[in-house]
Amino acid sequence: MTQEITVRAKKVKKDHVKARLIVLSILVGILLLAAIFARQICPYDPYAQDLSISMQPPGPGHIMGTDEFGRDMFSRVLIGGRTSILSTLALVLIISIFGTFIGVLCGTFGGFLDSLVMRIADFFLAFPGLVFAMAVAALFSGGIINAVIALALISWPKYSRVARSQTLANMENSYIKAARLSGDNSAQLIFRHILPNILGPVLVTAMLDIGTMMMELAGLSFLNLGAQPPVAEWGNMMSTGRSMLQIYPWIVMSPGIAIFITVSLFNLLGDTVRDYMDPKNSHSR
Amino acid sequence: MVPILEVDNLTKKFSLHGKKEFYGVDHVSFSLYKGEILGLVGESGSGKSTIARLITRLTDATEGTIELDGVDITHCRGKAQRELYKKIQMVFQTPVGSFDPRKTLGNGIGESLKNQGMPAEEIRRKVVSLLTECGLSEDFADRYPHEVSGGQCQRAAIARSLACDPQLIILDEATSALDVTVQKQVMELLKKLHDEKNLSYLFICHNLALVQQFCDRVLVLCDGKIMESGTPDQIIGNPQAEYTKKLINAVFI
Repeated sequence: MTQEITVRAKKVKKDHVKARLIVLSILVGILLLAAIFARQICPYDPYAQDLSISMQPPGPGHIMGTDEFGRDMFSRVLIGGRTSILSTLALVLIISIFGTFIGVLCGTFGGFLDSLVMRIADFFLAFPGLVFAMAVAALFSGGIINAVIALALISWPKYSRVARSQTLANMENSYIKAARLSGDNSAQLIFRHILPNILGPVLVTAMLDIGTMMMELAGLSFLNLGAQPPVAEWGNMMSTGRSMLQIYPWIVMSPGIAIFITVSLFNLLGDTVRDYMDPKNSHSR
Repeated sequence: MVPILEVDNLTKKFSLHGKKEFYGVDHVSFSLYKGEILGLVGESGSGKSTIARLITRLTDATEGTIELDGVDITHCRGKAQRELYKKIQMVFQTPVGSFDPRKTLGNGIGESLKNQGMPAEEIRRKVVSLLTECGLSEDFADRYPHEVSGGQCQRAAIARSLACDPQLIILDEATSALDVTVQKQVMELLKKLHDEKNLSYLFICHNLALVQQFCDRVLVLCDGKIMESGTPDQIIGNPQAEYTKKLINAVFI
């Protein structure tokens, strides 16, 4: 009886998590579509200047107002979102694949390679990330791609750590030995058995990382180390609007709110994916 | 009789925190004859499983040699190591844990055949016949390890170990995780397969009663050393070594 109740409670919880997952996925999907098709949906040319309508407050014509050159803020936020979201996703994709690959290799083979790579990873983890990224980005002299490279350089160790520890935990299981005895070589062992079994935690780390990476990328752009004007990007849009914050607040507010909503959505989605993947939540595994 | 496996002076040293060293397996020598069931008994930590891992090349020996059919396999790697697994197979202590949780049992059983380049349909046919041989129906091939009981899973593991027609199967506490009735069924299956296929078993176990029923010869292991060897009746009926007496007393209280 009690067991039945627990099972049912778990099922309710799981359904709840599933519903949350669907809703958040749809919202994030809309966000991604808006980012991908930003050029097609933006009502005005985000780069067209018209000084006669500069600094217009939000109103019917321009729902987020205009900036100091009379460019439509809403269009710029959309185009800026394209830059921010797509480069963040590219960044997370690159570091999660690279970091996981390194971590799995270390966990599988161990030995000298493992010690060496993990000390390098420790070195990066011991540094305050954004400061290091600033230095690297400054060295590369700006540009969104260089900012992505700078952040990639400092952020991969997180994934290596997760992948390595998960690999080590899996290596303890006798199915790895059984696979070896079935004549698997190391590549087959990794691709058939290790990767599928560690993908869950890596995916969760990546989902939770999207928000952080977006903030850091916007931070670099805010400091003029990422996307350079006139390219629209949320970070540098806030940076240009900063000096006018008290008179024309919408120039900072529009990209600011966009970042807030996007980062929150990705973080919520990450949390939900983690809950969904949590084995304690699944009643029939 | 021809020995199929000859272990000579086999030694495995472990180091604790890189400083203190101790012998996991301490200069062990024994032979296993064709068609023989050799029992290996001893308490936890006596080096039973380490010997299994050394023979299957899952860990490297510090000293000594292992010969299979007259071929030195002590340090074989790569292709030679994979060839070795067509002759030696192992059944593990944890039935469910010895199958990849994300793959079906059929997938696990057929993996060695896949690695030998057998076409998919043929693998399927072979997997089904192996399952039948081990007393499981065809639909077990499509089940996941968490969907079957421990005994069924261990039968599947035995089916897997038979896939390449090996000569020697190492049973590393293969029945320890099963309850007594299932244990009996699995032992009967192993006995049947042994008789049909003229297999040799290295039966690692800590259950002396099972050893007595099942084995032709027994080695008693303690702290990595062989204390005593002989037929089960000799060992259990008339133990010579102090340790063996202790071991038997611990059971028959």
